[in-house]
Amino acid sequence: MFKTIIMKKFLIISSLIIFVFACSNPDANNDAAAGSTSSSTNAKGNPSYDPDRGEGKFKDVQISEKLDEEKAARGEKVSELKCLSCHKLSDERLVGPGWKGTTVRHRADWLLNFMTNTDAMIDKDPKVQAMLEICMVRMPNQNLTDDEAFEIYEFMRKNDGVE
Amino acid sequence: MKKNILLFISTALMLGFFGCKPRNAQDSVSGDAASRVYVPPGQYDEVYNFVSGGFSGQVSVYGIPSGRLFRVIPVFSVDPEKGWGYSEETKPMLNTSHGFVPWDDQHHLALSQTNGEIDGRWLFANGNNTPRVARVDLKTFRTAEIIEIPNSAGNHSSPFITENSEYVVAGTRFSVPLDSENGDVPIDSYQKNFKGTISFISVAPEEGDMKIAFQLLLPGMNFDLSHSGKGPSSGWFFFSCYNAEQAYSLLEVNASKRDKDYILAVNWKKAEEYIKQGKGEKQKVRYAHNKYSDETHSATSKIETEVTVIDVAKFPDIVYMIPCPKSPHGCDVDPSGEYIVGSGKLAALIPVFSFSKIQAAIANKDYDGDYSGIPVLKYESALHGEVQKPGLGPLHTEFDGKGNAYTTFFISSEIVKWSLKDLSVLDRQPTYYSPGHLMIPGGDTKNPYGKYLVAYNKITKDRYLPTGPELSQSAQLFDISGDKMKLLADYPSIGEPHYAQGAPADLISKNSLKVFRLDDNKHPYVTLGEKNSKVVREGNVVHVYMTAIRSHFSPDNIEGIKMGDEVYFHVTNLEQDWDVPHGFGIKGANNAELLIMPGETQTLKWVPDRVGILPFYCTDFCSALHQEMSGYIRVSPKGSTVPLSFSLGQNSRPLDSLTTK
Repeated sequence: MFKTIIMKKFLIISSLIIFVFACSNPDANNDAAAGSTSSSTNAKGNPSYDPDRGEGKFKDVQISEKLDEEKAARGEKVSELKCLSCHKLSDERLVGPGWKGTTVRHRADWLLNFMTNTDAMIDKDPKVQAMLEICMVRMPNQNLTDDEAFEIYEFMRKNDGVE
Repeated sequence: MKKNILLFISTALMLGFFGCKPRNAQDSVSGDAASRVYVPPGQYDEVYNFVSGGFSGQVSVYGIPSGRLFRVIPVFSVDPEKGWGYSEETKPMLNTSHGFVPWDDQHHLALSQTNGEIDGRWLFANGNNTPRVARVDLKTFRTAEIIEIPNSAGNHSSPFITENSEYVVAGTRFSVPLDSENGDVPIDSYQKNFKGTISFISVAPEEGDMKIAFQLLLPGMNFDLSHSGKGPSSGWFFFSCYNAEQAYSLLEVNASKRDKDYILAVNWKKAEEYIKQGKGEKQKVRYAHNKYSDETHSATSKIETEVTVIDVAKFPDIVYMIPCPKSPHGCDVDPSGEYIVGSGKLAALIPVFSFSKIQAAIANKDYDGDYSGIPVLKYESALHGEVQKPGLGPLHTEFDGKGNAYTTFFISSEIVKWSLKDLSVLDRQPTYYSPGHLMIPGGDTKNPYGKYLVAYNKITKDRYLPTGPELSQSAQLFDISGDKMKLLADYPSIGEPHYAQGAPADLISKNSLKVFRLDDNKHPYVTLGEKNSKVVREGNVVHVYMTAIRSHFSPDNIEGIKMGDEVYFHVTNLEQDWDVPHGFGIKGANNAELLIMPGETQTLKWVPDRVGILPFYCTDFCSALHQEMSGYIRVSPKGSTVPLSFSLGQNSRPLDSLTTK
C-alpha cells in the first residue's frame, strides 16, 4: 500500500515534469501571453474552444429583439462592398454560403467573431472547417471594424426577416 | 652537402611560396559565420538594407544578416511585373522634359533623417542619366515622387541629405551649358560655356514633397559625391569634385593631370539667407515633377518652368574649395561632424579634413588663391591628417560610431579599418573583388547602428557558379562588432549596387502598410462593390469598371467591343487582407500586366488588334480557385451591331437595368 502511494506520487511528479517541459516552448508561451489567436492548433475536441461562441473578442453579445433599420442599411452598404461578391442573400451558395438563415444557424457572437477574427476561426472552428471543405476558398479577412461587423450582422438579421 | 643545401633552399622557397599565398575565402571565413547569418524560418532579419540598383534603375531591399532579397522597388525603370510604367496610373511617374523615359541609372540612396538619425519615413534615390531624384515612401515601399533636375547632366552627387531632411542635394557630374542658354556651342568652348550646378531640393517636413529650393551655379567641372555636415558642421555640405582641368575629351588622361582636385565646402545656411534676400536669379527652364497619390491611386506629372539660381562667384562666402589629392571620389563625414574624409581614386593615402580647422582657415583667410572666383583653402590648414599607406585607390568610407572608419580600396581589393583619432590602420580584410561602395547601417549618420558592414564589389569572377559572360555583382557581409572584421557571407545583388543604406528593422517595419482601405479609395474609376461593376462606351473609348476578389472578376464576360476601340480595364481589388494582390493579364496586350494591391484600383489600356475571343485572367495565385479566375472578351469588326453587354455568372443583367453608383 505504502509502496503504491510512493509509486503514484512518483508518477504524478514525473508527469508534472513532462508537462512543464512540454509547455516550455518559448514561442507558445509568448503567444499565450500576447493573447494571440493565430495558432493553427486544430481545436476539435479541445474543451477550451467554445464552438457556439467561436474565438475572438465577442462574448454574450446583447442584441435587441427589434431591428435597427439604420444600422441594417449601413450594413447593406458595407456588405455590397466587401461581402456580396461571394455571398448571395438567398440560401444558395456562390463562392461562400448564402446568407439566408445564417443568424438562425449561428449565435451573434460566433458570427461577429468569424467576421473579425477570420483566419483564426478558419483554422479552429469545426463548422467553418466543414464549410471550407465544401467551398474550397478561405473566407478573406476583409478587415472590418467592430462597428461594421455589427452593422453587417444587423443586415443579416433583416435578411432573415427580423423587423 | 651541396645536395642538402639545395634541398634546404628549395624547401624554404616552397614554404615561403605557400606562406605568401594570398588568403583565400575559406581562410577568411571564421567558424561561426554560418550561425551569424542564419535567420531561422519565420524569424525576421535584424536590419533592412536598401541597395541602389545601378543600371537596373531600381532599388532592392535585403535583410541583414541573412542576405535575403525581399523586394525590388521599381523607381526609374519600367517593371512589367508590377505594371510600373505600364499601367495608366504609373505612366506619369516616368515623365520628364524629354517625354516618357523608361530607364535610368540609380546610384545613391539616402534615408530620411531627424536630428541626424534615420527616422524610417522615406528613402531618396538619384537618377544619374536623365537627372532626377525620387522619394520612396517606406509605408508602402513604393515610389511616391520623382522630380527632374534642370541645368544638370549626370546627377551623380545625389541624393545626400541634411540632418533634419531639410534638403536633399543634386550635383552635376557632367557640366553642360545652362538650359536657359543656347546650347548649340562648340564642345571646345567648355571653359566658357559649360557650367556645373548643385541643386538643393527641399523636403516638406510632414508630407515629404520635394521642391527645388535653389541651385548654386559653379564653374564647369565634375561633381562626384557628397555628404552633409552634422553636429558642429550643421549647415554645411561637402562635395568631392574632379576634372579641375576642365577636360572634355579623354578624361581618363586629361582629367587626371593635376596632383590635386577639390572638396567643395558649401555653407548652405548662408546660401539660404541670400535666397531669402532675393539674391537668386530666376531662370526659365523645364522639368517634370511627378507625384503618386495613395488616395487616387494615380500619378500626376506637372512641367515646372522656373528655378532660382545663385552664382557663387558673386557671393564668395557660400563656397570654399579644399585641395584633395588625386581625383577625389568618396566624401564622407564622420558621426561627430568634425572630420571629412576625402578619397582620391588614384591616391595611396587618405586625407582627413577637420571642420574646425576649415573654419579657422576661412576666418584667417588662409587661402591659396582662388578657382574661378571661389576661395581655395590651403591644404595643410584644413587637414586633420593623412592615413598613411592604407591601400591603393580609396573610394568610400563609413563609420561605426566607436571612433573607427572603414574605407573600401578598389585597386588593392580590400576594406581597411582605421582610427579617426590617430589615423592608424587597425585591420584590413580582402574582398572578392574590387569593392566600390560599402554600407554600415546608419554609417553616415550621427548615431551608427554598426555591427555589420556590407561591401558591394564590382567584380565577381569566380565567386559563384558561372552564368555566362555576365555574373551578378557580389555583396559581402562582414561582422564589425569585434576588433577585427570577420567575413560572414557572400550574396548576389540586382543590377550594379553603388551606395546603400541600412536601418534597424523595427524603425521601418512598424509603419508598413498592409492594405489600402477601400473606404479611402478616391480613384476616378473605382468600383466600390461588385454591384457597381459595369462597362461604359464613350465613342470608341470603352471603360470597364471591374472588380477582383477571390476568385472572380466582375464582369467576366464582355461583348460588343469593336476593332478601333480603346479599352481601359479599371480593376479594383476588393480584398482587404494583407498580401492578397490580384493580377490582370489579357492576351495580346502590348504593355504588361496589372498587379493590384488590396483596396487599390489600377488601369490597363488595351487596343484589340484582331476580331475574336480574347481571354483575361488573374496572374497572381490568389486562392485554391485561382485558375478559375478568368474571363472572356469578344471583339467584333468595326461597324458590327453586336450590342455592348457584360455579365458575371447568374448575376448577368441587361445594360438598361444597370444602377450606377
